Amino acid sequence: MLEVEHLRVQYGAFTAVDDCSFTVPDGQWLMIVGPNGAGKSTVLRAVEQGVAYTGTIRFSGADLRQKDAAARARAIGVLSQNHFVGYAFSVEEVVRLGRYAHRSGLFSSHRAEDEAAVEEALERTGLTPLRHQSVLALSGGELQRTFLAQLFAQNPRYLLLDEPTNHLDLVYQKQIFALISDWLKTPGRAVVSVVHDLSLAKAYGTQALLLHHGHTVAHGETETVMHPENLNAVYGMDVAGWMRTMLGQWDDPACRAQ
Amino acid sequence: MKRIGEQFDGWIYAVFALVTLCVFFACVCLGSVPIPLRDTVQVVHDAVRGVPSGAALSLARSVVVPIRLPRVLCVALVGASLSLAGAAMQGLLKNPLADGSTLGVSSGASLGAVLAIAFGITFPRLPFAGTMVMAILFALLSLLIILSLSYRLDGSLSTSTIILIGVIFSMFASSVMSIVITFASDRLRSITFWTMGSLQGSSYRNAAILAATLAVSGTVLLLHARELNAFAIGDDNARQIGVNVRRVRLTVLVMVSCLVGVCVSIGGTIGFVGLVTPHMVRLVVGPNHKRLLPASLFSGAVFLMLADLAARTLFSPRELPLGVVTSMVGAAMFVAIYYRSRWR
Repeated sequence: MLEVEHLRVQYGAFTAVDDCSFTVPDGQWLMIVGPNGAGKSTVLRAVEQGVAYTGTIRFSGADLRQKDAAARARAIGVLSQNHFVGYAFSVEEVVRLGRYAHRSGLFSSHRAEDEAAVEEALERTGLTPLRHQSVLALSGGELQRTFLAQLFAQNPRYLLLDEPTNHLDLVYQKQIFALISDWLKTPGRAVVSVVHDLSLAKAYGTQALLLHHGHTVAHGETETVMHPENLNAVYGMDVAGWMRTMLGQWDDPACRAQ
Repeated sequence: MKRIGEQFDGWIYAVFALVTLCVFFACVCLGSVPIPLRDTVQVVHDAVRGVPSGAALSLARSVVVPIRLPRVLCVALVGASLSLAGAAMQGLLKNPLADGSTLGVSSGASLGAVLAIAFGITFPRLPFAGTMVMAILFALLSLLIILSLSYRLDGSLSTSTIILIGVIFSMFASSVMSIVITFASDRLRSITFWTMGSLQGSSYRNAAILAATLAVSGTVLLLHARELNAFAIGDDNARQIGVNVRRVRLTVLVMVSCLVGVCVSIGGTIGFVGLVTPHMVRLVVGPNHKRLLPASLFSGAVFLMLADLAARTLFSPRELPLGVVTSMVGAAMFVAIYYRSRWR
């Protein structure tokens, strides 16, 4: 279980997240939602120890700050929305780095277990045919799948996803979410993700955390947290009405005929 | 599907070693006074055993043993060290334009050496090593200043902060050097020659210091190949897969500083090797540091030995500064390899 208590993150005088608390038990998919500047990504960066914070973040009862980097990576894996790889590493080389936390000693060598994990990750993400291809030659969706494969090879217990399909078209969006849903089926795992698309949050999330200006507005079951009253108050508009209008366009007979 | 190994096979290392050895002996034999290979091997053999060589070999021995052999040894070790340091820095900072000098350590070491030459600084127990000790001291001092300033600005010691402080420090060190040179015009010639880079007059003591530094720092860097791969993909990715980012970054920076500091103290400012050799090697063997680091080490040694041979022989008996030759030869080689790789 991931437990976050009284989390506070400051960038200079600006408080990005204030007194944020939530828990994520095994088997859950927590969606962190809220408008721009709510502090969603900052919460994820604090959990992955990428930013200084006050408060406590525990994983399986142990303070994450006390864990060494490799132990932390075995517990929690992160998928960012953007990747800027400067050199022409092959897909396989990037995925293979996912095993770092499992053999991080200076004199460590390849093990059959690592090879199997890399092969399985490549297979699961459909990247086996592209394994020797340079990451510089990949499309956005293929690159995101490469880093997802690295994450699968890392085999952490929990995944943190920061808008994983932000710049991807619908096909890749569907692929990535299907892969993560499938990964979550193994007991003892959980996912925490930041998403802008409220439909995706409702479709895949089992829990939700609604943030506004760095404060927690609601936390709990997705249906309860994403109640129109909460969303309308935070976004300052009729969220459900807007969604219905957008989706209603697809009820047009011409669209249905296709 | 067959997996392509991350590391080189043993036979590739054997080829690297063989090529390096061939170039090494060629450079020892060739020069303003060419010495046949058989005579070279004989006088080296005699010198190692401590027996005198025959009268016919006296010229060969007087050229090879005290002059050419230590010089070529030093050239090979400086080339290997600078190239390895450059490859490590380009991975660590995720920047193909980085090398040992990006950090500012090279300028710091140069400043120390220029101060030693300008003011005739020597050390009571190390009268031979004024320039060297000052260069190493200033290299380490520079690293301390750069890291302290970077840490005060940004506790996570991010790559961009280190590059920024390194560049600013280099400019500061260069300006101080200019002031020193202005007030030490009587030593201008030796300072200018030193800043152009030369390994003329290298000794076995220099070679031993270079070899010891490369053995320690080089081994540490080679053992961090996987971490450098992670940094080359990104600092955030490195942290997320479990790399202890601060410890590894500090380790690599200290090792690179030691290599660059010692090389600058012995050979002056020899540009291009650390910047371009790893870049060219990467085009051939790829960016994986498990292959890139050892390939850069051997290629740097071979490249600098050939450049030094050109410096000694092109306009013999006049000798060109090594730094000038490395830049000219390196630029031409870089263009050739770059265009070949683009058209392939």
